[in-house]
Amino acid sequence: MIRVVLPAHLRSLARAGGEVTVDVDGPATQRSVLDALEASYPMLRGTIRDHVTQKRRPFVRFFACERDLSHELPDAPLPDAVATGAEPYLVVGAMAGG
Amino acid sequence: MRRGTNGGAEKEPGMSRVRVLVGTRKGAFVLEADGKRDKWDVSGPHFAGWEMYHVKGSPANPNRLYASQSSGWFGQLIQRSDDGGKTWEPVGNQFTYDGVPGTHQWYDGTLRPWEFKRVWHLEPSLTDPDTVYAGVEDAALFRSTDGGTSWHELAGLREHGTGPSWQPGAGGMCLHTILLDPSDPQRIFVAISAAGAFRSDDGGTTWQPINRGLRSEQLPDQDAEVGHCVHRIAMHPSRPKTLFMQKHWDVMRTDDAGERWREVSGNLPTDFGFPIDVHAHEPETVYVVPIKSDSEHFPLDGKLQVYRSRTGGDEWEALTNGLPQSNCYVNVLRDAMAVDSLDACGVYFGTTGGQVYASADAGDSWAPIVRDLPAVLSVEVQTLP
Repeated sequence: MIRVVLPAHLRSLARAGGEVTVDVDGPATQRSVLDALEASYPMLRGTIRDHVTQKRRPFVRFFACERDLSHELPDAPLPDAVATGAEPYLVVGAMAGG
Repeated sequence: MRRGTNGGAEKEPGMSRVRVLVGTRKGAFVLEADGKRDKWDVSGPHFAGWEMYHVKGSPANPNRLYASQSSGWFGQLIQRSDDGGKTWEPVGNQFTYDGVPGTHQWYDGTLRPWEFKRVWHLEPSLTDPDTVYAGVEDAALFRSTDGGTSWHELAGLREHGTGPSWQPGAGGMCLHTILLDPSDPQRIFVAISAAGAFRSDDGGTTWQPINRGLRSEQLPDQDAEVGHCVHRIAMHPSRPKTLFMQKHWDVMRTDDAGERWREVSGNLPTDFGFPIDVHAHEPETVYVVPIKSDSEHFPLDGKLQVYRSRTGGDEWEALTNGLPQSNCYVNVLRDAMAVDSLDACGVYFGTTGGQVYASADAGDSWAPIVRDLPAVLSVEVQTLP
């Protein structure tokens, strides 16, 4: 079980109260977590990654274990603490006012 | 959240109602009143914090609404309601250009590839609640025939030939106006900033520019076939060949479906502006909101004035009763004016200062429905039985 923390706007869109959890088949990677997240919450498709290219939207960041994973390869393994559910995987809106 | 203003509106049996759909920089609002249009219920913000470029109802089923929801962080969503805006459901948000998109002009004259940014305008079909058109930035026209679940580009517009010479206006290269001809289901008009007006006579498959008569000083060839910054086009449903246009500068009119335009700015104090609309029952009565200039997007002399022509243009009168006549420096954006179809035509517009003004007497007098919303991007009105 992997814990995912979404930004407030996406929690509202997904009608999720707080953290959400997803299960992935195989290795826990950013791609497998986001695939599982979008399968459980289809309304999030296109809001975190581009529909076609699957690239991270420019103003979205991925953090975990006090590290910025935004520029890691999507198929790189996530930290064990995330894969075991000890630490959450954070989807964060970039710091930009408006 | 739902709250009443002025004591709240209560329906009287047999009396029509109006529902005003307001898109703002930070959410959508639904304003409802009975036919007197003096007491309003305000609900919202819906989609709080999101940019709501446009909300519009289906003429074929007024409880079916579509909304364009977007954010710089999380991109584009389309929301659909089947209960007049009480509840909403996110539907399809994949807008993929057909084929390999080419390039268009950038502000500096260099070439940029087409890139989807947002949906500016949603135009539901006149007859089918599940069919809806979307005008997007970078400029293209999409259509859904399954209630917004899937979207397909009508690529003949972008690919008809002049696309590489289109360029963005200050707000982006947006397709902002979609007019469906009630007398001919095959005829569609669109307008793009800054490309101009276009018409299809075969349901959106093929397109032609319709900009003859337009002149723009911002172009090296002032009467070029395309490149004009058209801000808005309006049509009265009883005269679908007559269109009124608010261009960047100039108010224009055509009586032959765009084959030839002529200027009808007449005695307007400035002919720059964004919205334009037509009275529901008087096809020669037209409304604009003059704005000082392209670099000063506010009313002249701090006085917010709607101008009305009862002669189809050329002769205009200022409508000021109830509107601020000092220290007013708001703008009224292109999609932020609408009319209802009650016997005494109601006229509505929203400002970048967050006011939505209503007139229940065709513009003779005005009152704010709300004063303090986020900047208003769009206003639409539904007249309900």
